[in-house]
Amino acid sequence: MLENYTPIFLMIGVAMAFGIVMSKVNEILGPKRRNSDKYSTYESGMEPLRSTRERFSIKYYMVAMLFIVFDIEIVFMYPWAVTYKHLGFSGFIVMASFIFVLLLGYYFVWKKGALEWD
Amino acid sequence: MDVYISDILLNAPFEIVVLTALIVLVLESTRGTRPNISSWTSIGGLSLAAVAALTNLGASVETFGGMLQSGGFANYYGALFCISAVMTILFSRNYFERQNYHRGEAYILLLFATLGMMVIAASNDLIMIFLGIELMSICLYVLAGLFRHRDRSNEASLKYFLLGAFATGFLLYGIALIYGSTGTTNIASIRTAFPHVSHDLLFLTGSGLLLAGFAFKIAAVPFHMWAPDVYEGSPTPISGFMSTGAKAAAFAALIAVFSRVFGPSENAVHQIIALIAAASMIAGNVVALAQSNLKRLLAYSSIAHAGYMLVGLAAGTADGQIGVMYYLAVYALMNLGAFGIIGALETENDQNLQMDDYAGLSEREPVLAACMAVFLFGLAGFPPLAGFFGKYYVFLAAVKARLLWLAVIGVLASLMSAYYYLRIIVFMYFEKTKAESVPISVPMSVRWTVIFCAVLVLLFGLFPSVIVQTVLRVLF
Amino acid sequence: MIPLQYYLIVSAVMFVIGAVGVITRRNALVVFMAIELMLNSVNLTLVGFSAFLGDASGQILVFFVMTVAAAEAAIGLAIIIALFRKKLTVNLDEINILKW
Repeated sequence: MLENYTPIFLMIGVAMAFGIVMSKVNEILGPKRRNSDKYSTYESGMEPLRSTRERFSIKYYMVAMLFIVFDIEIVFMYPWAVTYKHLGFSGFIVMASFIFVLLLGYYFVWKKGALEWD
Repeated sequence: MDVYISDILLNAPFEIVVLTALIVLVLESTRGTRPNISSWTSIGGLSLAAVAALTNLGASVETFGGMLQSGGFANYYGALFCISAVMTILFSRNYFERQNYHRGEAYILLLFATLGMMVIAASNDLIMIFLGIELMSICLYVLAGLFRHRDRSNEASLKYFLLGAFATGFLLYGIALIYGSTGTTNIASIRTAFPHVSHDLLFLTGSGLLLAGFAFKIAAVPFHMWAPDVYEGSPTPISGFMSTGAKAAAFAALIAVFSRVFGPSENAVHQIIALIAAASMIAGNVVALAQSNLKRLLAYSSIAHAGYMLVGLAAGTADGQIGVMYYLAVYALMNLGAFGIIGALETENDQNLQMDDYAGLSEREPVLAACMAVFLFGLAGFPPLAGFFGKYYVFLAAVKARLLWLAVIGVLASLMSAYYYLRIIVFMYFEKTKAESVPISVPMSVRWTVIFCAVLVLLFGLFPSVIVQTVLRVLF
Repeated sequence: MIPLQYYLIVSAVMFVIGAVGVITRRNALVVFMAIELMLNSVNLTLVGFSAFLGDASGQILVFFVMTVAAAEAAIGLAIIIALFRKKLTVNLDEINILKW
């Protein structure tokens, strides 16, 4: 059974070996001229103004959290859509009421201002 | 479609709670927060749902393709949850106002948490039990952290959330293993398959994990560590709701799964439950002796009470179940009332919660002190109060099931508990008021709710048969 | 066809890694990730059993677990952010006003 996977294991091995060999060869053979410009963030670009580890605004998290919640609901719609003909009208009613409840939640979020960016 | 319509009618209490929650949601979003309208709408909807539940206490019928079973058992618990939620809201209104955080969202969350509890009690399928527990827990995580500008509330919320999600993992793994060994998630089918799998390692491991998940939700030793912190940090009426509603819901699930599947047969699961019960009674009461913060004290006492109720389940008999269901109802009244009074007397920044703050309460607030005494005597299990009969029924069931050692531990543990309950009463009645204590005005609505609870505790103690008859009708 | 045992062993190992992670890690976010790992190991178990038994209800439960995990993630992040804004740390050892 495991024989079937031989090509995949071979591929993984070759890919890893290739990556490691190439980066090591570059490290050994490549020319090295160390100076302060080389160590700056952008070698021939602008000077960095401040730290890159900046705090994100809380709005970002709000949108991310709402995205998670509303995005995952597709999990229910997908099997429903696939079996739609089989489920018929009662399936439609059930999904419609589900969407309706979701919509009320969306309305709540909207009115509470969680979607406003500014 | 016809099937659905009759199912929908049979599950009327659910729909009432859902619709109320949605109405409150829309009310809250249309024109800013209007806590007064929201709270009264919630109270109205929940009362209606409680009435609808109480009018249908007949035999259980499977609905929605065997996912839910509506009827007596579900409706008994449904009414219990709705009444607890109504009382919680009545206490919260005043409490949130005094803490300067009166927002309508709390009521939406409370309504959905109640719905989750009702789903747990009505579920006839492990999927529904999982969904109900999660709906309840997620709402309670947020309710615990409702005062998001306070360290304590935040911390309680985080601890409850992390440990609760951890327990959910165990619960789910248990469900997965039971599903794997029996090939179904339907509780009735698991019951049929039980004789074939009763010695299957997969099934027993699954049951053990499921039991661990439930033990976390009822705060039984050794899964109790979260309870004192969470009850102390959460808004007081919410702590009351968690210690009664959430606990009762988890007990409903325990009865639904373990009593229905395992039956009265002697087996390892009942022995484990007996051990958990003994450990909870001892640990809860011993640690409670050392507490001076009342919320924390009641948290440990609630761990001990989970132990008493587990005694009834460990017996595994019908008597035990009756005892547990009676106990849950009266415990809900006593604990909600006690937390209500603590909340009513609490001042801003978690002040006025220590035991010596209650010194001389009988002079300042004679009515509240008397009610508090009723609740505390009830929790301690003094006859003729309702708490006594609760303990009597579960211990009697244990003795009948030849678990004499467990009943003895129970009686000794409740004797120990009398010490710390009576200490509060001594403070209230025989100590002088501290000079620096500030007078607090308690509004009429809170007063009447507390008095109502106290009267019910007295009545159910004098006439325990009222509840027992209902439970008997519901169970058989 | 990969035997059922393989799925069960992998998922049991994942579950234990998750559980150990919850107990040993002190960063609230990492603890939360460990919990998600536990839930996903359960999903793997369920799908394995479901395929083995030829029964769909296990997979239906997986859908519900996924949505509930998403809801829990949203709530959990909200709680952690609320705490972080107040205390500027997510280290569980520093979250200690209440006795743990």
